[in-house]
Amino acid sequence: MSAVLLIFFVLAGLAIIGAVNLVWQKHPIHSALSLIVVMVCLAGLYLLMGAEFVAAVQIIVYGGAIMVLFIFVIMLLNAGEEERTDFSKIAKFVGLPLALALTASIAAAVVKPAAGLANATQVAIPKATEQISTMLFKEFVYPFELTSFLILVAIMGALVLAQREKK
Amino acid sequence: MIESLVHALIALVQNFWFITTVKVILLLFIVLTVNAYLTWFERKLVAHIQARWGPHRVGPHGLLQPAADGLKFLFKEDPTPAGVDRFVYYLAPLLALALSLTSLAVIPFSPKPLELFGQKIYLWISNPDIGLLILFSITALSVYGIALAGWASNSKYSLLGGLRSSAQMISYELALTMSVVGVLLMANTFSLQSIIEQQDNAKHVGFLGWNIIGWTRNGFLFPQIIGFICFFTAAIAETNRAPFDLPEAESELVAGFHTEYASFKFAMFFIAEYTAMITVSCLATILFFGGWLSLFPATPFWQFTHYIPSITLIPFGLWVIYDGLKYETIWGKLVLPVIGFVMFAIGAVLLAGIWVAPLHAVNEFIQPVFWFTAKVFVFLFFYVWARGTLPRLRYDQLMNVGWKLLLPVSIANVIVTAFVILKWGQS
Amino acid sequence: MVPTQYYLILSAILFGLGAVAFVFKRNIITIFMSIELMLNAVNLAFVAFSQSFGKVHGQVFVLFVIVVAAAEAAVGLGIIILIQRNRQSLNVEKVNLLKL
Repeated sequence: MSAVLLIFFVLAGLAIIGAVNLVWQKHPIHSALSLIVVMVCLAGLYLLMGAEFVAAVQIIVYGGAIMVLFIFVIMLLNAGEEERTDFSKIAKFVGLPLALALTASIAAAVVKPAAGLANATQVAIPKATEQISTMLFKEFVYPFELTSFLILVAIMGALVLAQREKK
Repeated sequence: MIESLVHALIALVQNFWFITTVKVILLLFIVLTVNAYLTWFERKLVAHIQARWGPHRVGPHGLLQPAADGLKFLFKEDPTPAGVDRFVYYLAPLLALALSLTSLAVIPFSPKPLELFGQKIYLWISNPDIGLLILFSITALSVYGIALAGWASNSKYSLLGGLRSSAQMISYELALTMSVVGVLLMANTFSLQSIIEQQDNAKHVGFLGWNIIGWTRNGFLFPQIIGFICFFTAAIAETNRAPFDLPEAESELVAGFHTEYASFKFAMFFIAEYTAMITVSCLATILFFGGWLSLFPATPFWQFTHYIPSITLIPFGLWVIYDGLKYETIWGKLVLPVIGFVMFAIGAVLLAGIWVAPLHAVNEFIQPVFWFTAKVFVFLFFYVWARGTLPRLRYDQLMNVGWKLLLPVSIANVIVTAFVILKWGQS
Repeated sequence: MVPTQYYLILSAILFGLGAVAFVFKRNIITIFMSIELMLNAVNLAFVAFSQSFGKVHGQVFVLFVIVVAAAEAAVGLGIIILIQRNRQSLNVEKVNLLKL
């Protein structure tokens, strides 16, 4: 059990606990906090793999901006705890096994092609940040500029949608 | 028996985890003490700006005031308001404090390692390649402490104060990160130690090599003055300090997001705010003012400037002794001369490095730490000076400055720096 | 070292949990958060593959996914605010009429 494997299991366990907590909690703000825990754990996993730039972007953008947006909306809309409405009787018994079946089928579908990569060691890609930036500005420059346009459209859309009604 | 103890000690020193734990504990101790005396410094300085004395009763010159404040925080009643969401209410100050203290882990204090039993011990806790990005990630996460505190207090003033504070922090975060990109373009790396070392690249120019002026071996690169002004303004707004502290102003929203927090939880927010001030000052010195680099060039001609620490400590120690001897209270007459004598002794010992070789090595070791600390204190002085002098900005004026002034100016700084580097830079 | 399969299994588990939350929860905001969880799981798979192939294309795509998720979150939360204004409730079962 090397140190890397131990850290992986700790971070993965925390991420799974956070995700389960997201399902379990009744108040949306607790779910939001659990999701932040999941995102920080995933950023830790990215760091463990050597993808340092993606880890930093994950925390800054996802954890520091998107989730703050969620928390603002939860606070402003005064979202309360979930009410327990009519639950279908079948869902109680079939729900969990079906969810497990879904997860297992996704896992099988994803892991099987990776069997050929079983011997790939998780060695950090050297100068990953430099390669990412070169690729962003050379090969993928058109999608990159399109994303800036997309963000502009999203800002305008959010502003228009959340406007107060004109009396 | 003694030999086995010595062997055990050497094995401990060579153990990575033990050294890191000791460094962390030492850094926490130092930072918490600096925080405490920073509150004393702020109260004294703001008081003198406002033509009154600050705390001057509790110890000689009020020096024991932070201890009294700490005791007060420990012994005060700690009520929890009714109807709060308990988990989030207790989590918020913990989060604020933990995140503030964590960001100190990537700050380098000196390039020279301490050689102990053949093991080099560096004066930083960690030096990752993306140190600056890690600092920004932690700054981005620290919005949560305030937003959650405002919400969890179950009070409309706290909620409004918390929302205003966190909206302000997010807005100024953009200007903060953009104003640093100019420095990053010049340095080509995120590692804080490399950024400082690149400001040292032309050894005969001293402070002209700092990023604020940007003289390099190749000639004049773009001075990052606008970047620094944007950075420092955004940093003052980011740490919710005057003149950007409407959300926690006492006359406006009671006390903003920390209204419902009493004794120790309030102390945690307090420490978090001051630690954020210290972190941002450290960052400003590292990025724009050469970090631990001396003001003077590193050529043999300027070797005499290596005794500046002693030259400042010796007269200051003598003055403290003189002031202590004519102080009113007996306690002050005893303590202040002792403090002054200690300062004088340290200065004299460092000065004796001219003749005694081991003390010379100590003096050389102290140099980068002295310059770093001096620059950080200059920035903390500016922080407190701004608080005592400038009037508060109204909230909409504050948001206007952040979005309509600082952000476009910092983006323009990035564009101009990039253009200059492309046209005239060699790297 | 950690084999790639472990990361992929973790990604599948997180995706499954996100899908479960999506189906079972009633609050619109929580459903939206489960979408973000699923996107994060996919990001993890992308980075794991990028590391095992030794190329950074996966990480570049992760950056694009994060940007698109941010834009989607902004617009989606705007829509949620409008729903709250119209129906006075964040319960997704109350949003079941084509016309108000």
